[in-house]
Amino acid sequence: MQPHPMYPFTPFIAVPDLPRRRFVQGLAAGGLLLGLGPMINSAWARGANTTTGYAPVLEGTEFDLTIAETPVNFTGSPRMATTINGSIPGPTLRWREGDTVTIRVTNRLAVDSSIHWHGILLPFEMDGVPGISFKGIPPGETFTYRFKVTQTGTYWYHSHSGMQEQTGMYGAIIIDSAAGRSTQADRDYVVQFSDWTDEDPMRVLSQLKMQSDYYNYNQPTAVDFFKDVSRNGFKAALDKRKMWNEMRMNPTDLADISAATYTYLMNGSTPAANWTGLFRPGEKVRLRLINSGAMTFFDVRIPGLKMTVVQTDGQDVEPVTVDEIRIGVAETYDVIVTPGDDTYTIFAQSMDRTGYARGTLATRAGLMAAVPELDKPEPLGMGDMMGAMGGGDMAGMDHGSGGGKGKMAGKSGMGGMNHGGMALDHSMHAQQAGMALGDPLAKPSTTARHANTEYGASTDMRVDMARTNLDDPGIGLRNNGRRVLTYADLHTIGGPLDPRGPGREIELHLTGNMERYTWSLDGLEFGKSTPVHFKYGERVRVILHNDTMMTHPMHMHGMWSELESDGGGFQVRKHTISVQPAQRISFLVNADALGRWAWHCHLLLHMDAGMFREVVVA
Amino acid sequence: MKNQRMSMLAIAITALGVSPVWGQTPDDAEMMDHALHQGAMPPATVKPNADQDAMPARDNSKMDHGSMDHGAMPGMKPEPSDVAGTMPDMNHDNQAAAQQDMSGMDHGDMQMQGGSAPANARDPHAYSGGYTLESGPYARTGPRELRMADEHNFGALRVDRLERGYTSDGNATAYDAQAWFGRDYNRLVIKAEGAVAQGKLQEARTELLWGHAIATFWDTQLGARYDSGVGPDRGWLAFGVQGLAPYWFEVDASAYVGNNGRTALRLGAAYELLLTQKLILQPRIEVNLYGKSDAARDIGSGLSDGAAGLRLRYEFTRQFAPYVGMERVSKFGQTADLARTANEITNETRWIAGVRFWF
Repeated sequence: MQPHPMYPFTPFIAVPDLPRRRFVQGLAAGGLLLGLGPMINSAWARGANTTTGYAPVLEGTEFDLTIAETPVNFTGSPRMATTINGSIPGPTLRWREGDTVTIRVTNRLAVDSSIHWHGILLPFEMDGVPGISFKGIPPGETFTYRFKVTQTGTYWYHSHSGMQEQTGMYGAIIIDSAAGRSTQADRDYVVQFSDWTDEDPMRVLSQLKMQSDYYNYNQPTAVDFFKDVSRNGFKAALDKRKMWNEMRMNPTDLADISAATYTYLMNGSTPAANWTGLFRPGEKVRLRLINSGAMTFFDVRIPGLKMTVVQTDGQDVEPVTVDEIRIGVAETYDVIVTPGDDTYTIFAQSMDRTGYARGTLATRAGLMAAVPELDKPEPLGMGDMMGAMGGGDMAGMDHGSGGGKGKMAGKSGMGGMNHGGMALDHSMHAQQAGMALGDPLAKPSTTARHANTEYGASTDMRVDMARTNLDDPGIGLRNNGRRVLTYADLHTIGGPLDPRGPGREIELHLTGNMERYTWSLDGLEFGKSTPVHFKYGERVRVILHNDTMMTHPMHMHGMWSELESDGGGFQVRKHTISVQPAQRISFLVNADALGRWAWHCHLLLHMDAGMFREVVVA
Repeated sequence: MKNQRMSMLAIAITALGVSPVWGQTPDDAEMMDHALHQGAMPPATVKPNADQDAMPARDNSKMDHGSMDHGAMPGMKPEPSDVAGTMPDMNHDNQAAAQQDMSGMDHGDMQMQGGSAPANARDPHAYSGGYTLESGPYARTGPRELRMADEHNFGALRVDRLERGYTSDGNATAYDAQAWFGRDYNRLVIKAEGAVAQGKLQEARTELLWGHAIATFWDTQLGARYDSGVGPDRGWLAFGVQGLAPYWFEVDASAYVGNNGRTALRLGAAYELLLTQKLILQPRIEVNLYGKSDAARDIGSGLSDGAAGLRLRYEFTRQFAPYVGMERVSKFGQTADLARTANEITNETRWIAGVRFWF
């Protein structure tokens, strides 16, 4: 049939979504190629193809890593990736506490590169942030990182140059205790999540600058409106939209980048390639969950299995058993599962519910279990925009029940009980000392102090009364019938690093303008900012107050962020803390690492847009 | 109150008797306040929840909105005293904290967007210890190496309309494009709009502007405009605002000053109605006003012409969307008189097929 010239698009509408499905699911070929060995991998390109689906493990104290462009094909369209030793993920580095490691990184790209050791305590010159810790690694050159390993746990590493992290430069780090390897589990797997786009990531950013909802195909439509009208009446439907439309904000803005361009990976495997971890029934399996995505929060669960969280960001926590974990970009969670005689799907759906990463735990290769449907995306509510003022939604959230069903409910409530309810906290000493003296710093302040640079074009909202509770699992996970981990559940074993309370408090606001796609702190992008100065040796409280409707995983390099409850009690030691929309959190930092450090939102495009600060410890 | 001012400006320009839609839009801040109070305190939406009862401690969540005096809420805006009176009723478990919050909150004009910083607003550089990115301990020597995207230039060309219009007395091709190059808050903007019929450029307006972000959703645009086509060419100085008004209306309003005391005003507004995620209906209006007749270009003073159109596009991708539509084009006042004298029609309906694309 000849298409009518007036309706040139009609014939296309009927085209089924086949390419799209392959795109989201990815190719299974990665796994197949792996099985057949490297001989056929160069079928389409002369250079060695990228190894995907598993990461080689490198152990010892001397490491050689080579950064290069290698071809990869996750979606049916071959692309060049930036890889470390030719694999996605890059090799897993296994270090031992107390060792001094030497890592020679050679850059075979045409542009500068770098590797940052995420969460690792080291001299700032070894931190790997071009322009702050060193000049970067120019093409053809080798930079030698050398530092003493002083910690244990699960970490990761990635490029800190341009968009190289998005295009494949990330790998896992496992640090064993000087006393030997953990015997907590019979099997031990790294489960590293990431997101892949066939587009040039810089182009993605450019498109978002042009149209910030470019990748959001879950927007409120006229059809939705009429559905609401017929269900709830005209006025209710109108009221529901009123504030959002007045403010020019979008309640479905759950992720800047969706499966419209992303294919989600687990250990470098597409959902179709189905990364599989083997076990024998009854064995304890440790999964080291690492979110190496550029822009994606993953909600991870294993239907049929409870996950016992034993560590986060490399730090052991009091075990807590949950059904589901939202893992923010750059966070890590170690969980222990005990699978029975069955096959299990590791299901990690993106926060915006447009896609998922998937793998399998099975007793032999080739088995697979049912893959759950994606949850329906839940639009943001007033509480996500207005914090504690967004009353309706806060009540709807019903703290503790979303995540806090069962034994933690009491503790979850603590966050709300707050002020004074510190009997449950770990760091009573610091607090009681403070309270006894009437220390105004005993508890984190709650009054929003907006910066004078938050009133211009760089911000699209300010939250006057942020919420401070930690027991909200976040948008899309509230009341989903599953026991979802929240920060209120996490308690680092051994308490804080330092018994001292904070000597002072600083406050930074997470800001942005979604429409312009600008991201900043205190309304100032990096280029307009000045560093945050910590006096060497001081213990300082940092308050992060989220004046946006997105969750930001904030990562301070070089020093731990010791998250507090809103009552000022020690909660958990982390290197990356996700701050939810309209939330205000606080953490303590021991400024014990001289030098200049990066501090930024770990959503790659937010960081690159300028949601970034330098920290000077001197 | 920059945001507010911009809205006001756009609205004021528009309200010069042209658009009923815009003329009635109150200013941002007032709407915000209103929305805030309405939105924040939905009297009937606090769901009773079994789990909640298990946690009596969490009291922000149960601020007991139901018992709040909602009638008094609108009064909250102008009179802080009302707030003081109301907040304690909220059954807050920590009165001291609540009071602290309140004092810091500046209820006088509590608003979540725009506005101007209060005198006691925090200095974002207060934590710097006097150091900068280039100076102070451990700073790398030489010029700053780390530049994020906020210091990179971006650019795009968007052809909003490239279309063929079919009317009873002939067809014409029209274009409307905007290109920009620069950074987030300052950029070079080029606007071009025109029509070609019978192989001849009928009218063309080209503007070269400096776009400067002055509020969350608004840019000012300052520069020059050049008109060509039938009749003598005209040059203008241009000042405009472009942005997004509440309820997602895209507004582009400009004032122009030319030679010989010529002045002009051009207003455009559009809305994107998502029928589905990819099928989008766009109502769009545009009007032109002139301060002085310019017979050589068939322009009379006052409201001269306007267009109101509906375009239905299908976004194969975000960057490529063909559309069909119709548009009513009218001449008014003295301009219409000139047209009648020249035996031209003053109203016509165009059927349109075109494509919108950008890169």
